[in-house]
Amino acid sequence: MAAPLTLLLIVAVTIRAVLFRSSLAELISERVEVVSPLNAWKRVVEGLALLDLGVSPYSGDVFHETPLMIYLFHFTVDYAEIVFMVSPYFVDCLSCFLASLDRFRKQKYALESDRYPADCLELLRSPKEMFYIPLKVAMFYLLNPFTILSCVAKSTCGLNNAIIALFIFCTLKGSALLSGILLALATYQSIYPLTLFAPALLFFLQRLYIPVNLRRSSFWCFTLQYAFIYVGSLVVITGLSFFLLGSWDFIPSVYGFIFSVPDLTPNIGLFWYFFAEMFEHFRLFFICVFQINVFFYTIPLSIKLKEHPVFLIFMQIAIISIFKSYPTVGDVALYMAFLPAWSHLYRFLRNIFLVSCVLLACSALFPVLWHLWIYAGSANSNFYYAITLLFNFGQILLVSDYFYAYLRREHHLTHGLYLKKKDGTEATLVLK
Amino acid sequence: MQWQSTDVEVNRSDGTKNSETFTPAPAKDQFQEELVIRPLHSGDIYASFQFRTLWDTDFLQEGQKKVSHYRLFPKSLGQVLSKFSVQELHISFTQGFWRTMQWGQPFIPSPPGAELWVWFHHTVSDVDGNWKELTNVLSGIFCASLNFIDMTNTVQPSASFKPLGLGNATDHRFLRYATLPREIVCTENLTPWKKLLPCGSKAGLAVLMKSEKLFHSSFHSQAVHIRPICQASFFSKSWELRQTLNVVFDHYTSGQGKKEWSLFKMFSRTLTEACPLASSSKVYVDITDNPEGELFELSPATPLLSQAVVLGDRRTYSVYDLTRAETFGQLRSFNLLLRWKGDSGDMLRPLLHAERYVAGFGLQTGEIHTVIYNNHPYRAFPVLLMDSVPWYLQLYIHTLTVTSKSRDNKPSYIHYQPAKDRHRPHLLEMLIQLPPHSMTEVTVQFERALLKWTEYTPDPNHGFYVGSSVISALVPSMVAMSTNFTQDQPLFSSFVPVKEESSYFVRVYTEPLLVNLPTPDFSMPYNVICLTCTVVAVGYGSFYNLLTRTFQVDEPSPPLAKRLANFIRRIRGVPLLA
Repeated sequence: MAAPLTLLLIVAVTIRAVLFRSSLAELISERVEVVSPLNAWKRVVEGLALLDLGVSPYSGDVFHETPLMIYLFHFTVDYAEIVFMVSPYFVDCLSCFLASLDRFRKQKYALESDRYPADCLELLRSPKEMFYIPLKVAMFYLLNPFTILSCVAKSTCGLNNAIIALFIFCTLKGSALLSGILLALATYQSIYPLTLFAPALLFFLQRLYIPVNLRRSSFWCFTLQYAFIYVGSLVVITGLSFFLLGSWDFIPSVYGFIFSVPDLTPNIGLFWYFFAEMFEHFRLFFICVFQINVFFYTIPLSIKLKEHPVFLIFMQIAIISIFKSYPTVGDVALYMAFLPAWSHLYRFLRNIFLVSCVLLACSALFPVLWHLWIYAGSANSNFYYAITLLFNFGQILLVSDYFYAYLRREHHLTHGLYLKKKDGTEATLVLK
Repeated sequence: MQWQSTDVEVNRSDGTKNSETFTPAPAKDQFQEELVIRPLHSGDIYASFQFRTLWDTDFLQEGQKKVSHYRLFPKSLGQVLSKFSVQELHISFTQGFWRTMQWGQPFIPSPPGAELWVWFHHTVSDVDGNWKELTNVLSGIFCASLNFIDMTNTVQPSASFKPLGLGNATDHRFLRYATLPREIVCTENLTPWKKLLPCGSKAGLAVLMKSEKLFHSSFHSQAVHIRPICQASFFSKSWELRQTLNVVFDHYTSGQGKKEWSLFKMFSRTLTEACPLASSSKVYVDITDNPEGELFELSPATPLLSQAVVLGDRRTYSVYDLTRAETFGQLRSFNLLLRWKGDSGDMLRPLLHAERYVAGFGLQTGEIHTVIYNNHPYRAFPVLLMDSVPWYLQLYIHTLTVTSKSRDNKPSYIHYQPAKDRHRPHLLEMLIQLPPHSMTEVTVQFERALLKWTEYTPDPNHGFYVGSSVISALVPSMVAMSTNFTQDQPLFSSFVPVKEESSYFVRVYTEPLLVNLPTPDFSMPYNVICLTCTVVAVGYGSFYNLLTRTFQVDEPSPPLAKRLANFIRRIRGVPLLA
């Protein structure tokens, strides 16, 4: 286990180092699919240059990073490449922890094999299968071209992903304090991880054997504790940011920017062209609709998946990556890293071939159509927009397919794998 | 003809209780007009009209009755000055670009399009509100679309535009500068401009300003400059209104290829009389390059000569005084004639010259290059470069490089105000030291923004204009400049106040830039909304299905015949089929 992992790490570092030193680095850091106005490295350097000139970085509309990022990069701007190479390895910690998940599962296996119908044994994962999951997760993340591109472009998305991965790690480890603090940090960086509060809370409740019952005081006791840790850390971090530059300018510049979407630079998301072609009268309404769209899946999903918080975390991260205002391929890479953890769902996936073809084709077509629009002048913005639509559609299909597969496996675990109709023939399962 | 002071006193002496002696302020105003003709080396001819009205009054003084008796000073402008508490106003409308390398330095430089800069009085509390109203009022007065000036193209330069008249120059909060590079100048703008003159276009030099000839030229610029100046003879502040019109006639199009110019050929008119309200009315012809008459022949001959130091060079002028009757000769008409005899040599290179262009390809990024030439053989001098770039070109100041003679040249002063989207433009001011006889290149990278579809002009593929850069400098002068301000100086040499003898002030404007932005498809708003909402709805629909439905074994429903049979059986009370 350690040897393949080390080999993987070496390969990943080598690829990134080679790309950093080549002329492709310059090209990649300008690509709109990889960087967005929120996390481009060019803008970080610009913000630091403005600070050197004596002008607040938030006085213009170029810099949209949080003050703690300024603080971090003020000291490490010359070693930026190292910082960005190290951060994906935090996601590795997550995979290592998934390895310990299997220990948890092993005990569960023994218990559950008695509970489930006999024919479901093949649905349960054997410890042998689960042994290779951490390696697969690490491979999926480190060798994912999206991650490599994001890292070489020095997009701060990599750092955000690292924080989220650390948060998941601490949650799965069971440390509520660290988990709250890291979630506050992730929310501080970009507002959307706020929705991860619910799955983290559900995980802790499950772990502490507190039933999710609104009438029980133990539930409220723990919820309030966790919320207090979270809100408290958020307040402390925001206060620290205020004292760094001495003004609240960063709030409209960072959070106001994320919510009101004033910059319509093309990216792989749905927002830019929609709001470029929006009638002025309806702009506020549709901004609200699109932003609520990210947040409102939390409650229904939490209710449905309250016994499966880990899968809920995956779903939430996927929804954030698809529907956020300035997505990049780095965000896509984060939830894709989780997919090997659900490799046992493969038999229930319905559209996996279609989805992978769509995603591969779109990834190939993005740079082509961008070039045709911006440089060759022979296509127009509609071409790029169409591929954006298709890419997001493919992602939605992927996520909903995994959700379907997960629910179906749960159904089979409780009702048996080979179902029969009333007349004894093989049954088909439908959603009704 | 001298100016007359009209002391009108109305005495209401009667037994009424409110007996105020109504004494309007004595109108001590004066009007001068002059025309300077300078033949250029390329065969073109440069004509510069200047009309100056001096008025010893104070628009801005409180506690005194508002000025209401206007004689030579136009009432529309006077009311504007007092209502908006304007300290100094400079507005120019230009068509064409001044070619410094071919024509030398202009007397009064101006950028292509419209330019307006105003110093407000320090008592003004809401400068932005006054600015907005002022631009709209001026837009009406000059029939120009100055109402397009708003906060997205107004800047407050901190060092480049100091007051040219009296005034405290410390607080640049009261200064506003805006330029509209897209503005076109035509007869509609010339007519109200001519109306501001005391004689209108009926007498004096203004009769020459006929639009069909004036706009058939390479360069046309009309300007109004209002400022308070100190008059030595009166020891008080008086207001000066200068209206200038600079025009360059092209040798090939207007001159029909012949190197022969006359007032009639240039303006299709001749002069018949001076303006009766003018205290001085003169025509100057630059004969510095023609001391012995070998380059061109000037007729009618005149014995009057004048020498002036203008733009660091001592020039000699033949003077025609239109207030004297003998200038017009027997025919009562004055037509100047300039006929070239020999080939003109090379022009002296102007000491300061600048160019600007956009580099790069594609619609994503680009680079603005400004090239400044210092042609002085041995002196280095600093220049102040001011750039105002619209917000939709996002400048990256960390990519700013200044190189002179292929070495890095760090500016000693940088004032940078980044743009706020849809709110204010970028302002970059730098003090750069130019080494002697060198070329300095200033480069900065930018990214082009995608705008909302309503923010594009009706012709979006034409491109977006970026206003000219302004380069202001005190250029070392070869000839000592005179620092005394006398009334007898010709107007064209007394516009810019000279503070020291060894240098003269020069302002150079670069070309405006035309930049293309990526455009969305304008025919698609409804389609885009539908398609994007479809994708969001697909997501919503899939999640809704998976959240609200459960898995069930699919029992096929029995065929219709069986269902009907079962229904009938149920009514009959008989057992159902399987």
